[in-house]
This record gives sequence, structure tokens and C-alpha cells, in this order.
Amino acid sequence: MSHATTSKATTPASRGEPEVDRRPLARRRRNRILLQAACILITLFMAVPIYLIALAAMSSRQSLQKFPLSFIPDNFSTETMQTFLQSTGILGGLINSVQVGVFTLVLSLVIGVPAGYAVARFAFRGRDPYQLFLLFTRALPIVVLSVPLAQLFLQTGLYDSVLAVVLLHTALALPTTILITASVFLGVPRDVEEAARIFGCSPVQAFLKVVMPMAVPGIAAASIFTFVMSWNEVLGASILTLNQRTLPAQVLSSLAESPLAYRFAGGFLLVVPALVFIFFMRRYLTNMWGSTIR
Amino acid sequence: MAAPDAPAAARPQLPPARPKGRPPRRKGNSAALLLIAPSIVFMTLLFGWPMVSGILQAFGGPQGLTTANFTRMAQDPYFWSSVGNTLLLIVVMIPIQFVLALAMALLIRAKPRGSSAYFYIWAIPLAVSDLAAGLVWLTVFTDRGYLNSLLASFGLDPVSWLAYDNYPSMFGAVLIAEVWRATSLVFVIVVAGLQSIPKDYEEAAGVFGANFWSRLWHVTLPLLRPSLQTALILRTILAFQTFAVALALTGQNFPLVVGETYRWYTGLQDPNVASALALVVMAVSMVTAVGYLKLLRDQSEAPR
Repeated sequence: MSHATTSKATTPASRGEPEVDRRPLARRRRNRILLQAACILITLFMAVPIYLIALAAMSSRQSLQKFPLSFIPDNFSTETMQTFLQSTGILGGLINSVQVGVFTLVLSLVIGVPAGYAVARFAFRGRDPYQLFLLFTRALPIVVLSVPLAQLFLQTGLYDSVLAVVLLHTALALPTTILITASVFLGVPRDVEEAARIFGCSPVQAFLKVVMPMAVPGIAAASIFTFVMSWNEVLGASILTLNQRTLPAQVLSSLAESPLAYRFAGGFLLVVPALVFIFFMRRYLTNMWGSTIR
Repeated sequence: MAAPDAPAAARPQLPPARPKGRPPRRKGNSAALLLIAPSIVFMTLLFGWPMVSGILQAFGGPQGLTTANFTRMAQDPYFWSSVGNTLLLIVVMIPIQFVLALAMALLIRAKPRGSSAYFYIWAIPLAVSDLAAGLVWLTVFTDRGYLNSLLASFGLDPVSWLAYDNYPSMFGAVLIAEVWRATSLVFVIVVAGLQSIPKDYEEAAGVFGANFWSRLWHVTLPLLRPSLQTALILRTILAFQTFAVALALTGQNFPLVVGETYRWYTGLQDPNVASALALVVMAVSMVTAVGYLKLLRDQSEAPR
């Protein structure tokens, strides 16, 4: 109090406020505003293209022909999407894509979860080479596998089937699945598992009844990741199939001879799942990338 | 299933579990091998087998081993332009992506109001394929698209952004689409890396009077090195595989190496040349990854 009064007395303050150095406060406020401005700028860059393709896909064919295109949704129509969905191979491609994604997810969990558990819990001989091997396979480009696999599948009769794409996608997703599940299991304290053993569970029971429930959220995130990878993979799927195309492979192969409206609708349909997946995974994203890649 | 628990006494020939892993691990070689065996078998079948047959295919011809496929590949007029385009794209794109991703991660760390919404929107492209990204930006850059509509509303003449004879704008379109799509991967890795750095270091540097830039340069970036390193390797390897974005935006006008593989396989129906191209992509990816690791390791050891 006495400080305030003395400062008042020494400086000729006309307003009835105590003299305080407001510059840090002002700077702080200015920084906050700049921060928000930068965030909004980046958000516009990320979100506007998605808005525009949604707008284009939800416009009628006729309004897409007009030249200065409208930036606001004043001509809402499902015509473009309907035409797209009725084109040859699209509905089948959609079904194939979902099938491939789900089977890939299941297969990579069935093979990957036990391996991830082993990496997390056992100090077995060859553990480090095994992990290196996984990292190496992750670095292999998809093309390298796709072309020879197509030849092998042609010989074995698997070519142009859902199973062929599932096998390729599982091979691509498996290293990531193993590394993610290993980090998930590392997060489950081994004490609870040992407690379950003491109370009479077999190792398998302890795993299924105690460890798995605690690991489920992380494993679910890994599964979504696998599904996204499979949903998005286009090169391998187009090389391994001819009639049983997945959705992106179908869109890619008919790209050259299709009208713009078809491409916009296709692009929109491919983007929509991304919005949903990332929404559900957003809490796990940093965990997954932070802990799996060392 | 009886997973043998293999007590330590049963394996006297093994040295005691390495002291490196903090929680003492159960030794269980047989159980562990049983658990990882399916993955090894699967990966050998789907990686090893195709790799070997891919190499044979690339060198294969009607009569025995030959390098004719590589000659045909190199003589194709599209090949060298695809190599040039791919390299140019990577060299320009990677620095932009890293600066942008770092800025985005630092913004998120400053916890602006609504930061979780920002994080969600900025991470969306992570789940968008390069084909979809190409189609998304096609709405913007196509002749009668949104960018030209915007120009027209300002009274400016439309530009053919994706025309064959307009290389800089074509390259710019592919670049923007790729920056839009793939920066979020680097962003998420860097955010994860930032979360693992205690704030104390930076605060201490701040107490000693370091300003924002010197804190970033001398404290944050060195601590982020492992994250940046993985992001760099991952991003470069993935960048070599980009192709559908250019195909969606420009058709064949902006060839990329993997796109050429696709064209040789599906369009020209020549799996041998396609395999040769695939081998080139693999070799370049591997060399890049090893080169990066070496470079970064040397640098991290030098200042000590």
C-alpha cells in the first residue's frame, strides 16, 4: 500500500490508478493474439481444402459447370455423389475396401499381438535383431513388394482377390502393429499380471483376463491405424487386382477418363473416413508416434 | 495352450538377464519364440519371397539373366524426368515441412485457447492418402476450380495452373498438396518429442536470459534430435513413394518414379521393367536411410 501511495505522490498520475508498468502485460496480450492468428492461419490452410472438396462433392453437376464457382453452399445437391456411387465398380470397391480393411486388421492383430507381448515381456535371445528386422521391413517401399507379389499371386491363383490385398496390407501393417502393441504392453504393470498368477490364473488366463482389458484402448488405436493404412493404400491394391478393386484403386484406374465431378466425389468419399478416424484417435496419436519410433 | 514358464534355473547356460532393461524380465526363450514365430513366418513369406523374386524379375529376360530391363528403363523418356521431379520435390518439400511442423508443434505447446481443436484439424491429413490429397487440391487448381474462381472474383484472368507447359505452377501445386498432406506426420512426431522434454530446461535457460530463438536453437532442438531424426528418415522414405498426388493433379505431366513403376506395370504391362524401377526405389530409400543415420550420428558425436 505504502508503495502505491509513494509512487502516486512522486509521479503526476492524472488517472486515479496506481502507476504500474503495463508493458509486459500488453506484450503478453499481443503475443496471445499473434499466437491465435498463427493458429487460425494454419487451420485455414488445413481445413479450407477439405471444405472445398466437400462443397464440390455436394454441388449439382450443373453448378460445377458454372465458371466462377460459388464459395458458399447455395446449391446443395446429392446428385454428384449419387452419380458417383452408381458408377461401375464404386459400390463394389467400397465393399472390398471395408472387407480388406477389416480382414487386415484382424489378421495383423492375430499375428501381431502375441509378438508384441513377447517383445514387451520376455528377454529372449534374438530380441534385438528381431526388432531391427521389424524396423527394416517398415522402411521397404510398397512397390518393391507389389510387383513381385502380383506375379506370385498369379501363379498361385490368389491374384485379383480380396485375400491378395489383405495379405499385402497385413505385411505392411504388421511391423507397426507389433511395435505399437509392444509399447502398449510395456505400459501394463507386470505386477498385476503376477498377482493374477498368484491367485491361480494360468499364463493364458492372466493374459486374457487381466492384461488384455488394460491394453485394449491402445490396441484399438493400433487397429484404427491399420485400417487407415489399408483404406489409403492404393499402389499395391491396384497392382494386385483387376476386377476386385478397392475404392482408391478403382478411383485411380478410372482417373484419366472420368469427369471432374466423379473425381471430386471420389476424393470426398476417400477423405471422410480420415475426419472420423483422427477424431477417435487424436488422444493416441502422440503416444503412438512417440513411443513406437525410437 | 501350455506356455512353459521356463524358470531361470532351467537355462543355466545363459548369462543372467541383461541389466539394461530396468524391470527384470522373465526369461522364456521357448515361450517367446512360440509367440513371435507366426510373425516371422508371415514376414518371411511376404517380404523375403517377393524380395528375392523381385530381384530375379528385374534381372530376368527371355534368355537368362540380363540388364536389358534397366537399359529399357533408363532409355524411357519419362524416366529421367521422373527422377528429376522426385528429387526436386523431396529437396524442396522436406525443409518446408520440417519448419512448418516445428512451428505448428511449438504453437500447440504454447497452449492457445482451443488447442485441442487445432490439434485435431492439423492432424486430419495424417489419415488422408496421397490420391485423396491430389483430388482435394484438384478442386482448387483445376482450370475452372476454386483458385481461378477466386481470381475471377477479383477481376483477374484465370491461370492454367496444371498445364503441361507451365512447369513451375504444376510443381507448386504438387508441392502444396504434399506439404498439406504430409506435414501432419512430422507435426505429430515433433509434438510427441516435445512432450517428453521437461519444461525445466527451457525455463532455466530463460532465467539465464536466453531469448526465444536461442532457447529454441540451443535447448529445444538438440533435445528434439531423436524425434527429428526419425521423422526425417520416415518422411524421406515415404516421399520417394509419392505418386498418386501428381497423377491426380496433372495426369502424366509430372511423372514421379513410383508413378512410372505403376505405368510400366499397368499401362505398358511390363513387370520386368517395373521390377527394375522398384529396385531402384528400394536402393535409393535404403541408401538415404543409412546415409541419414550416419550423418546424424557423426554430428551428434562431434560436439562432445
